[in-house]
Amino acid sequence: MKYVLLFVGTREDQDSWDKMTPEQIQASMGGAGQWFQKYGAKITGGEQLQGYKTVTTVRHDRGEPMVTDGPFIESKEVIGGFAVVDVKDYDEALEMAKSWPAGPVEIWPAVEQPAAMER
Amino acid sequence: MVRVLGNFDIAEEVVQDSLVIALDRWPETGIPDNPGAWLMTTARRRAIDLLRRDRKWSEKVALLERSNVSEPEGDDRLRLIFTCCHPALAQDVQVALTLRAVAGFTTSEIASAFLVAETAMAQRIVRAKRKIVAAGIPFRVPEGEELPPRLEAVLAVLYLMFNEGYLSRGQQSGMRRDLAEDALWLARLLDSLMPGQPEVLGLIALMRLNLARSAARFDAAGELVLLADQDRALWDRRAIADGVTVLNRAAAIGRPGAYQLQAAIAAVHAEAAAWRDTDWRQITLLYDALLTFTDTPVVRLNRAVAMSHVAGPEVALGEVNDLSLALADYNLFHSTRAELLDRLGEKELARQARLRALELSQNPAERALLEKKLRA
Repeated sequence: MKYVLLFVGTREDQDSWDKMTPEQIQASMGGAGQWFQKYGAKITGGEQLQGYKTVTTVRHDRGEPMVTDGPFIESKEVIGGFAVVDVKDYDEALEMAKSWPAGPVEIWPAVEQPAAMER
Repeated sequence: MVRVLGNFDIAEEVVQDSLVIALDRWPETGIPDNPGAWLMTTARRRAIDLLRRDRKWSEKVALLERSNVSEPEGDDRLRLIFTCCHPALAQDVQVALTLRAVAGFTTSEIASAFLVAETAMAQRIVRAKRKIVAAGIPFRVPEGEELPPRLEAVLAVLYLMFNEGYLSRGQQSGMRRDLAEDALWLARLLDSLMPGQPEVLGLIALMRLNLARSAARFDAAGELVLLADQDRALWDRRAIADGVTVLNRAAAIGRPGAYQLQAAIAAVHAEAAAWRDTDWRQITLLYDALLTFTDTPVVRLNRAVAMSHVAGPEVALGEVNDLSLALADYNLFHSTRAELLDRLGEKELARQARLRALELSQNPAERALLEKKLRA
């Protein structure tokens, strides 16, 4: 089964990156690199995202696209990155999420596409 | 009361939904350990599907249930328990699912046990089932280092269930099924399916010892009687002896835990011939041990009560007052303070504490007791 793990961070965390060098940012992410190494075989995709200050939201207002600066949801928490994982079952995804060393994780089960089921 | 796997329909649905999803994955993940059981259940599901199309399907489901020689095997039940009590589900939903799928409660019985509307309960159960299927929550018994925390979650569900029934006894209508008895039944089922787990035995002993005092907990008028005032002749000696035997079996395994210690505390109470004979020193020591497993303000409050009989109410009140921030909204915190203040002759402060406890208490029997003391 496929799951998307959303790695959650706070705006404060990301704000503090502004004052850090890339090396310091990496160091502040704890063992995230090791985590990706450990579970490499199960991770089929994913990205680390730029900070929330770089985000743009596009929505439609009476059919017209409206472009606004900033994430869709005003919240203390922001998405710092995501990984698409393909694992045996929910418990395996849960295990991966539990061992993520750099903050909260949301586990989103992916919809199984009919094509995938025919395999 | 006869309980097979419970409501055939719903139990099967929960199990089957998981199985069907897993079946889709067979080609990818390989054939499971027990394919025979899989096939049997799949066949039964197909029968049910066919019956559903029939107008009188419910009658036929009942028939099928009665003629169903091969009850789901123990292993399937154990898997079902762990799936129902999966930490990805909210705890109240874990309780509801376990009652529905394992203990055979109807949705309406669960709703009335937890005093919520039946439609709301039905919705919660449906949502949980959907999550089990959509999120791929597995239908299996956790192994290795996964097991202890998952077993703890199952025991927490059973204990919650038990307390819901036990604490509301005496004011329940005939409509309400006895959750406490069902929780004990489930704990025993768990022990039979997964023998030799000391905390499972500890929980069984704890439930058994508490239930042994049932007859003395309410007076003829249905009012709650505190442990100190209970007529110990009404205690069920056989149940106490049984509880102690189970506890000794648990202790012999040599892995103590929170349920075993709570059962041990209950056993010390149960073995005292009278309130004044209670071995409070022993109980205080057991609470100290319990704190090493679960250091919560409520355990500290109970320890302070035990200590008040060893070191006096003044020392105990000091300990209780230290908990005032953590337990500000807990009715038993205020009623405990009231008792200690009474013993110290602080009648006015005791009255205020009792009024606060009354404001916070939802339980009719507890409220009646508080009101009685306020009148005295």
